[in-house]
Amino acid sequence: MASFNVLVLVCLGYVVVLFSVAFVADRLAATGRDRWLRSPLIYTLSMSIYCTAWTFYGAVGYAARSGLEFITIYLGPTLVMIGWWWGVRKLVRIGRSQRVTSIADLISSRYGKSNTLAVFVTVLAVVAITPYISLQLQSITLSLSAFADEDSLYDSSSTAFWAATGLAAFAILFGTRNLDANERHQGVVTAVALEAVVKLVALLAVGIFVVWGLAGGVPQVLDRIDASEIGQWQTHGARWITITFLAAAAFVCLPRMFQVMVVENDDERHLQIAGWAFPLYLAAMSLFVVPIAVVGLELLPEGSNPDLFVLTIPLQEGRDGLAALSFLGGFSSATSMVIVAAMALSIMVSNHVVMPIWLSFRGDRASVSGDVRNMVLMSRRFAIAGIMLLGYLYYRMSGGGAALASIGLIAFAGIAQILPALVGGLFWRGATRVGATSGLIVGFGLWLYTLLLPGIGNGFLPETVLAYGPFGIHWLRPHALFGIEGLDPIVHSVTWSLFLNASVFCAVSVSTFPSPLERLQGAQFVNVYDHSAAPREWNASFAQTEDLMIMTQRIMGAEQAQALFERGAELQGQSGSLPEPTPVFLEFLERELAGSVGAATAHAMIGQIVGRSSVSVADLLAVADESAELMEYSSRLEAQSAELSRTARQLREANEKLTQISEQKDGFLSQVSHELRTPMTSIRAFSELMRDTEALSEAEQKRFAAIIHDEALRLTRLLDDLLDLSVLESGKVTLNLRTGPLGEVLDQAVSTALTGTEHPIRVRQVSHIANGIIRSDLDRLTQVFINMISNAQKYCDAADPELRIETTEQGDRIVVDFIDNGAGIPPEARVSVFEKFARVSTDKAGGAGLGLAICREILQRLGGEVSYLDGQTGGAFRVTLSREVSV
Amino acid sequence: MSDPGSRPVFLERSGYRRRRLADAAFLLPILGIMLFAVPLLWPTSPPQQDAPQHAVTMSDAILYIFGVWVLLILLAALFGIRARQWALDSQEPGAR
Repeated sequence: MASFNVLVLVCLGYVVVLFSVAFVADRLAATGRDRWLRSPLIYTLSMSIYCTAWTFYGAVGYAARSGLEFITIYLGPTLVMIGWWWGVRKLVRIGRSQRVTSIADLISSRYGKSNTLAVFVTVLAVVAITPYISLQLQSITLSLSAFADEDSLYDSSSTAFWAATGLAAFAILFGTRNLDANERHQGVVTAVALEAVVKLVALLAVGIFVVWGLAGGVPQVLDRIDASEIGQWQTHGARWITITFLAAAAFVCLPRMFQVMVVENDDERHLQIAGWAFPLYLAAMSLFVVPIAVVGLELLPEGSNPDLFVLTIPLQEGRDGLAALSFLGGFSSATSMVIVAAMALSIMVSNHVVMPIWLSFRGDRASVSGDVRNMVLMSRRFAIAGIMLLGYLYYRMSGGGAALASIGLIAFAGIAQILPALVGGLFWRGATRVGATSGLIVGFGLWLYTLLLPGIGNGFLPETVLAYGPFGIHWLRPHALFGIEGLDPIVHSVTWSLFLNASVFCAVSVSTFPSPLERLQGAQFVNVYDHSAAPREWNASFAQTEDLMIMTQRIMGAEQAQALFERGAELQGQSGSLPEPTPVFLEFLERELAGSVGAATAHAMIGQIVGRSSVSVADLLAVADESAELMEYSSRLEAQSAELSRTARQLREANEKLTQISEQKDGFLSQVSHELRTPMTSIRAFSELMRDTEALSEAEQKRFAAIIHDEALRLTRLLDDLLDLSVLESGKVTLNLRTGPLGEVLDQAVSTALTGTEHPIRVRQVSHIANGIIRSDLDRLTQVFINMISNAQKYCDAADPELRIETTEQGDRIVVDFIDNGAGIPPEARVSVFEKFARVSTDKAGGAGLGLAICREILQRLGGEVSYLDGQTGGAFRVTLSREVSV
Repeated sequence: MSDPGSRPVFLERSGYRRRRLADAAFLLPILGIMLFAVPLLWPTSPPQQDAPQHAVTMSDAILYIFGVWVLLILLAALFGIRARQWALDSQEPGAR
């Protein structure tokens, strides 16, 4: 039997190798000579932290107990990886574009950078992973104990303690060395890759030894398998499906898997290789599990622990070297898992629990005044130590008794509760923060109640609750929810918790409304292939670049911060080292910082610097509302001012009109007074003549009196006309509508107009209309016609004056033309002939010049018009009438 | 596949192939799920029942599972290598 001390030395030597590999890798990464370290091979190998000590040792034990069921643990991840094109690829793309630091960060980022959600996921992860870490400690001590059967120096609990301490030291040394913007840990990843090779080689070596060394070849092994107690297919169908699904879900949701698969991913194209290479690794890891189990069952005495067959078979056969290699394989599995898990959890704890609390305690400007960088690193170190301590305590409390596989599955089931929120967040824009939180709470609670608490037992749940349900409520028994009994506990718990988790998540998401930031992030996540730009949220007009620089230095270190800012300045085309705090730069900075301290914290820190001018989307919306109000107000003002100017213009127009009218009135008055004055003068002159002259003959008296009378008549006529016109113009005229033939009206007008004249003009009427019946104010119409005819009588200067009255029809209107054979009206006077007091020639002044003006007014009242008719030989007027006057 | 009568434009053709290959990549995990679910149809042999001739032997089960596994790995490798070639052809990784 190998000396226990030699084994410990080998182990320590191996740890030294790991340390140096990690150290060299970190140095290479720091100097940029790490091209091959960033290869798809390393990426694929680093994913092998999925295979923990549980799968290294436990798979054989699992196979020995329940046949091929162990393989479901590998089939789930295989299915996820061969479907990388539509699942993992999106996750990696989002992780890279949003600079996600952990699964909690991703969930929080997706749901509006909600820190509550991040805290919740962190707590869930810590609760689920701590037993898992203690499982690894247990496997290390268990495997050591296999070597130390009769060595009295061996003490399992102190081994576990030192293992925990060593692993914590490694994780702290290489996991919290720097605060990189990418949160990549080249050293750790390279060491993990090396360990992946060691564990694969170890398991393959043991397998080859068993198959060809002990069994004598493949056919013999197959025969032995069929002859063994697990020689027939007897897998539980529900468990087969459930565990495959669970393994697939956990593969995506486990913080350590997320760390190596998404956060440490250097190039999305690595997935093209990892998509098939990792399933190949898994297949190789599980290839010899069943042969080892079967041979172990045959070879080793009854009652020996099947979990340790990988170690005890070589030991039994005296192959100490192989046993040591196998031990190193198991040791690698345990250490790599613990290191990465502790690292991933510490990032989550420090970014989402410690930093927000610290920031809120430090109050204003904390991000500048304190050394954030040290703070973050310290919090991570303490988190790692705390997680390891928790794991160790759990190991001590549980006593290391439970079969390894069951704790692993319990952890998987817990971590799988993140799946609905994750998948919903990646593919469904309608998923909301409230929905995700409620789903997680329900799933987490059910998992605790149905699996974790009954599983770890030891008085966490009273026996009565397990047997009869809480408060005796039968259908709430942890292993038989809703009265469905007889299910396997894992199947039962996973089915109910994930089903209700997803249902609540969907139902609450559908019935709640996401905040603007949430919707923005949702669109960015779901449509990550369409646009990878982040929302611009910072209004940096008051941001102090120097403050930002100081803060960034504190988080990322001086050199990196300077390089970052210089790059920012360069991008802006500036020569200096300080870029303008443009929104683009701030957004860039926020994402870089998010890589170190998480999205929510980075957002809060930049918010503190940019301070009062930091603008959340909600603020932006408020501003938008305000400006919308402002715009509305100003548009109202504008409308008012437009109305005012319109009113002013109207006033101006009215004023002009009034002035015009006033001028017209003045002109009219002077006209009127002039018109009145002429007859008055002659009346006065003749009446004075009659009064003062003694000897007036009878004839003279009569003649003078006749003149006075004539002038008085003229005055009366003038006044009548004026009165008539004013009535017409003011629109107060009352129309006396009657129906009658137009011909009669014309006849009457002709006879009236020509009565008493010495040489009456010859009138010729021509009618082209069949039906001359019109409905109008016939008296007024007569007045118009009389005026027309007497005008012709007065002004027609032909030797043989003749007036032709022609009546025609134009649609529903009747046109009456008065055409004489005189000289007509000279063209320049034709426009003004209808104005008041307009007279074509002074020498033939017969009237006051109001006749045509009155005619025009009358016709307007009657819905017609009068105009001068051009293109005729003599004077010609056209009167247009409507057949029916509408009042 | 190839039609000598009409010569399709090279780009269109390769784009078409890419899309179909991406479709295949979509279907690959579904194929995997179905093939890995086949063992559910196998008769199980509870210890009490004495019907060993109906039960599937463990060696057959192992051969089947690993056979499917290797098939899936090969198909995924085929797709992964092709996807890598596209990325090299056009400098656009992960064309949709």
